[in-house]
Amino acid sequence: MATYHIPEDYYYSKDHEWAQVDENIVTVGITEFAQQALGEIVYVELPEEGQKVNQGEPFGVVESVKAVSDLYAPVSGTVIEVNMSLTDDPSVLNDNPMNDGWLIRIEMDSEKELANLMRSPDYKKLIAEAK
Amino acid sequence: MSEQKKTPLCDEHIKLGARMVDFAGWYMPVQYIGLREEHNNVRNNVGLFDVSHMGEIRFKGPKALATLEWLTTNEVTKLNDGEAQYSLLPNDKGGLVDDIIVYCVKKDADYMVCVNASNKDKDFAWMTLNNKGASIIDESSEWAQIAVQGPKALTLVDRVLANNASSMKSFTFVIGKFKGATVVTATTGYTGEKGCEIFIKTAEAPALWQALLEQGKDLGVQAIGLGARDTLRTEMKYSLYGHEIDDVKNPYAAGLGWVIKPSNKDFMGKKQILADKEKGLNQLLVGFKMLDKGIPRQGYELFDKNDQNIGKVTSGTVSPTLDEPIGIAYIATQHATEGSEFFVDIRGRKVKAKVCKTPFIQK
Repeated sequence: MATYHIPEDYYYSKDHEWAQVDENIVTVGITEFAQQALGEIVYVELPEEGQKVNQGEPFGVVESVKAVSDLYAPVSGTVIEVNMSLTDDPSVLNDNPMNDGWLIRIEMDSEKELANLMRSPDYKKLIAEAK
Repeated sequence: MSEQKKTPLCDEHIKLGARMVDFAGWYMPVQYIGLREEHNNVRNNVGLFDVSHMGEIRFKGPKALATLEWLTTNEVTKLNDGEAQYSLLPNDKGGLVDDIIVYCVKKDADYMVCVNASNKDKDFAWMTLNNKGASIIDESSEWAQIAVQGPKALTLVDRVLANNASSMKSFTFVIGKFKGATVVTATTGYTGEKGCEIFIKTAEAPALWQALLEQGKDLGVQAIGLGARDTLRTEMKYSLYGHEIDDVKNPYAAGLGWVIKPSNKDFMGKKQILADKEKGLNQLLVGFKMLDKGIPRQGYELFDKNDQNIGKVTSGTVSPTLDEPIGIAYIATQHATEGSEFFVDIRGRKVKAKVCKTPFIQK
């Protein structure tokens, strides 16, 4: 069984996105579990800078050869940075989803929303059950 | 709800670490090592597919031929012992119940029909309802089926079954033995590659699967999941029931006129299928490529430059061979010529595309 890199200082959503919080700036990506479940990613569609996103709602898509999957925002806020390198080389999402494969940075509206996310022990439990 | 069905090779897939999914009520491998890698292995070497979920329906007796002639669109009378043909099972409304392969075991007496897993019960009921006196037996639960496909497929099958499959003509079959069990080796397939589909009684299927994997190691044999099966057939623009064909779409519009023989025989639904054709078909099935960035998927709508809806995508993916998006769609007849440009609505974005030659890859 594969072991996943699940940093303790990140937050996680039930949709298998991670959120790294630095004051009010949240960097968002997909987890290694999500990457593996999706298979080879061939296309990424991301929002524009300045776009508003809402917690739990789709902000973009990733496509594997086989299927389209929505990306869900872990927190509400404004997109302030987009990882454009992914549009040219989506395979980074498979190779390194926790670092170079980050998707967007959000200026978070309210820290309170973080309470709706999981910390690493709960996320580990979730993916153990998903197997 | 009926319980999920398992093929006799289920344990083999789990042993190989396959990702298993539900497909038409069956617990099936969608991927073993990676869709692209599996796809390319079939194009370059050889792949094994568990297609045991497909149905096998036997037609026997003095009325077997007459019944099949009535039920199908291709000429069953043309088949001699050991020959097979692709054919269609039309309904009485101008559409299709299924697409099938008919195998002639003994001319005028004994035929096997291979049908889609998702349609098997519907097909059997339809055949029985419109029977012209044949003995029709659903043998699906007795048979496993392994497809061996790729440029090295027949080399491998020659080793394991010693039936000289590599010298067989396309769409023929031989009946032989594997460890005492009856095996039917047919030079048919769904990938565009050389190869065969092997029917074997369920009990001996795991041994045959293992022998093919073991004796094909130096040929680079690899088990292939349903994911790559779909991209392989899409590259060839082979129809998949529920996508390119269904119970309402006209088979001529789907480009399947080559297996419909109205001038040589009468068959179920002939009048309706021909009436649509003679009226002029509104839409035709075409292959297309994207001119701007985006991947077409089943159900996406097509538009012309005046924003008129002119069709719908039936299948779409990224071609692993070409490494670019490809799609199959029904498009208004006036737009169906090669080079014709149009737009695919991809999640609200109108992305430019162009009708292209098919198959997408040249074999």
